[in-house]
Amino acid sequence: MADIKIVVLWTDSLLFLLLGLALFSVFHILKNPYLRSTWREVFRSKISMSAFVILIFYIAVGFLDSLHYRTALSSSTPSSETHYSVEVSSVLDLIFSSVRENQEKTYSAPFAATQLSKESIEQPDGTFKREYPRLEYGGSHLKADLSDKTSDILYRSFIAILWAFLIWGIIFIFVRTKVNKNSDIPWNVALITTGILILCISWLLQMSNGYHVFGTDKVGHDVLYQVVKSIRTGLIIGTVTTFIMLPLAIMLGIMAGYFRGWVDDIIQYLYTTLNSIPSILLIAAAILTLNVYIDNHADLFQTEAQRADMRLLFLCIILGITSWTGLCRLLRAETLKLRELGYVQAAQVFGVSKLQIIKRHLLPNLMHIVLITIVIDFSMLVLAEAVLSYLGIGVDPSTSSWGNMINAARLELAREPVVWWSLAAAFIFMFVLVLAANLFSDAVRKAFDPRGNS
Amino acid sequence: MFNYILRRLAYSIPILLGVNIITFVLFFMVNTPDDMARVHLGDKNVTEEQVEQWKHERGYDLPLFFNTDMTETIFYQKSVPLFLFQFGNSDQGRNINHDISQRMWPSLALAVPTMIVGLLVNISLALLLIFFRGTYLDTSGVIIAVMLMSISGMFYIIGGQFLMSKLWHLVPISGYAYSFDAWRFLILPVVIGVISGIGTGTRWYRSIFFEEINKDYVRTARAKGLSEFKVLFTHVLHNAMIPILTGVVVVIPTLFMGSLIMETFFAIPGLGSYTIDAIQAQDFAIVRSMVFLGSVLYIIGLILTDISYTWVDPRVRLS
Repeated sequence: MADIKIVVLWTDSLLFLLLGLALFSVFHILKNPYLRSTWREVFRSKISMSAFVILIFYIAVGFLDSLHYRTALSSSTPSSETHYSVEVSSVLDLIFSSVRENQEKTYSAPFAATQLSKESIEQPDGTFKREYPRLEYGGSHLKADLSDKTSDILYRSFIAILWAFLIWGIIFIFVRTKVNKNSDIPWNVALITTGILILCISWLLQMSNGYHVFGTDKVGHDVLYQVVKSIRTGLIIGTVTTFIMLPLAIMLGIMAGYFRGWVDDIIQYLYTTLNSIPSILLIAAAILTLNVYIDNHADLFQTEAQRADMRLLFLCIILGITSWTGLCRLLRAETLKLRELGYVQAAQVFGVSKLQIIKRHLLPNLMHIVLITIVIDFSMLVLAEAVLSYLGIGVDPSTSSWGNMINAARLELAREPVVWWSLAAAFIFMFVLVLAANLFSDAVRKAFDPRGNS
Repeated sequence: MFNYILRRLAYSIPILLGVNIITFVLFFMVNTPDDMARVHLGDKNVTEEQVEQWKHERGYDLPLFFNTDMTETIFYQKSVPLFLFQFGNSDQGRNINHDISQRMWPSLALAVPTMIVGLLVNISLALLLIFFRGTYLDTSGVIIAVMLMSISGMFYIIGGQFLMSKLWHLVPISGYAYSFDAWRFLILPVVIGVISGIGTGTRWYRSIFFEEINKDYVRTARAKGLSEFKVLFTHVLHNAMIPILTGVVVVIPTLFMGSLIMETFFAIPGLGSYTIDAIQAQDFAIVRSMVFLGSVLYIIGLILTDISYTWVDPRVRLS
């Protein structure tokens, strides 16, 4: 029985904290009739319902990928202390164990059974012949002349469809029995989206049991596995960054707007200064400094994953520092407006303490701005990660991320034949996530923005 | 007006000082000159003398912040010339002022056409959608815009280079020429820059126009019997100028800094690629100068924005 040691990385704990917060807010929303009706508005739209389901699937993958552990190394002497592998794995790795453990030598196309480039292979009679060698894993169960490839793919697709229908059927019956038929929430759309996603997942899993669905990269790693692993990086950059900057932006924004005077002057000075530094240069400077620091203190990190995680967290922090100014300015302006309103003035006259006024009267009325910012920033940050990683100032090169994948595959378009699958896979997965986030954020903005702007 | 500009300029001095302190802390306190010297001299077996020599040549051997004579610190020596736009020499020994004056032209040649064409395209598309608002054209236009803005900008660049240069051989993949011939190198980045901005831009301008079009003066104009075309182009466009200017004028000075991504992908020797090269070579003298320059240009952009308000809206007075 393999012993495991659970590892909680910094970003993992932050992600769990966020999920906890999200669950807590769901309960809060369900209790509050006003919030409930606004959120109902969001989910009444078919597009945003379907976008939400897609986001949930992405989050689920990211969550599975955040449950980290290290397996014990088998030791020869049972009495000695168990040592753990330096490699940190996640639950998602278990699901993809077949493609993760079976590497090829170099590039191979999607669904290929042979390598992309020719090699000299020794024939049984001792001569050498240049030909495309068979892959070690992809399509290795096929016959030598690959005549059964099409039928094998069709057969696997059929099995995948059967599985998908089975799982979807269970969900379908469950949802149908629980949900009121006359509700105005488009449950049908949610079910259809779920069905399509389950079909995709079951097909991909079924296929990756025998093939590299998106081919392999330069060193023979499976591209599908990498692109799925990158989901967690994208989600962390998109969410943790915002939540790091929220306390700062909310506190300073309300203080500037509510207390005015010298407090306002100082806070305004602070954000104008930070704003006037080109943010990409500030990020670059901070990341460079961090690199030097990590190089000088290599002993601080037990495993490579922990070092990469530290860099990811630091990237989130520095992105947060460069992006809190926008929200802070919005909140300041809104607080300036709110503090002159009757109910705040009345509370002041009744002698309610400043802290209470901020907590009871200002904060709840600012939350819609915060929410809109969170959902808008998310897609922007996911896209920014790719650009930063391309420029060499993003996540650690050992972290799977869409930016790193694009960066590595960019020059390969010049090859003959063209290696397009890494780029395509990264762009497709990123596009679906960002599109879903954009559509969902549109609906949230429409429901929560009091100006009712279309 | 003159007083106003003077006051704004005076107000910008503490901001620039703050910018300077932030970059100074990042570059000199977290990353000491000794670290920098080791990075630049490369080898592990550099002697103390070599490090000292390197620091002395670049003036990094002074105390950081405090000294009996306050002018004899790195902070003073490195910050004051920045305010006079004397950027000095890079860590590799090249004159930064000279580099900037040479590299700003390719940057401008790329950034200015991209902005002008992008602005025209985005505003025309937004007006088109608003003209047909409520129809299928409008709805599908908005959906396409959301899809376009969900695509990573790098996709447009890589895809454009692949199609136009590699498959169809229409234009060179990357490079630059210091003559009129440069247009062959610039046309692809400009087109890609415009296309990658269409999604966000069109949606943004459409929402601005949409807000205007529901106001009373538009109804009055229609009631006067003006054609919808005239209402849009004379009344709505004119009144939407303020929010448009807020977004546009502020970026005009920073065009000068060039686009980091475009310039590196297309190997255009502008200020953007200059900065990226400096970042990758850890040449902090250049990065510090560029941060300072960027901040100055941003502040100029803010002042220009205020001035442009008085120009389009006679109600606004600067005081």
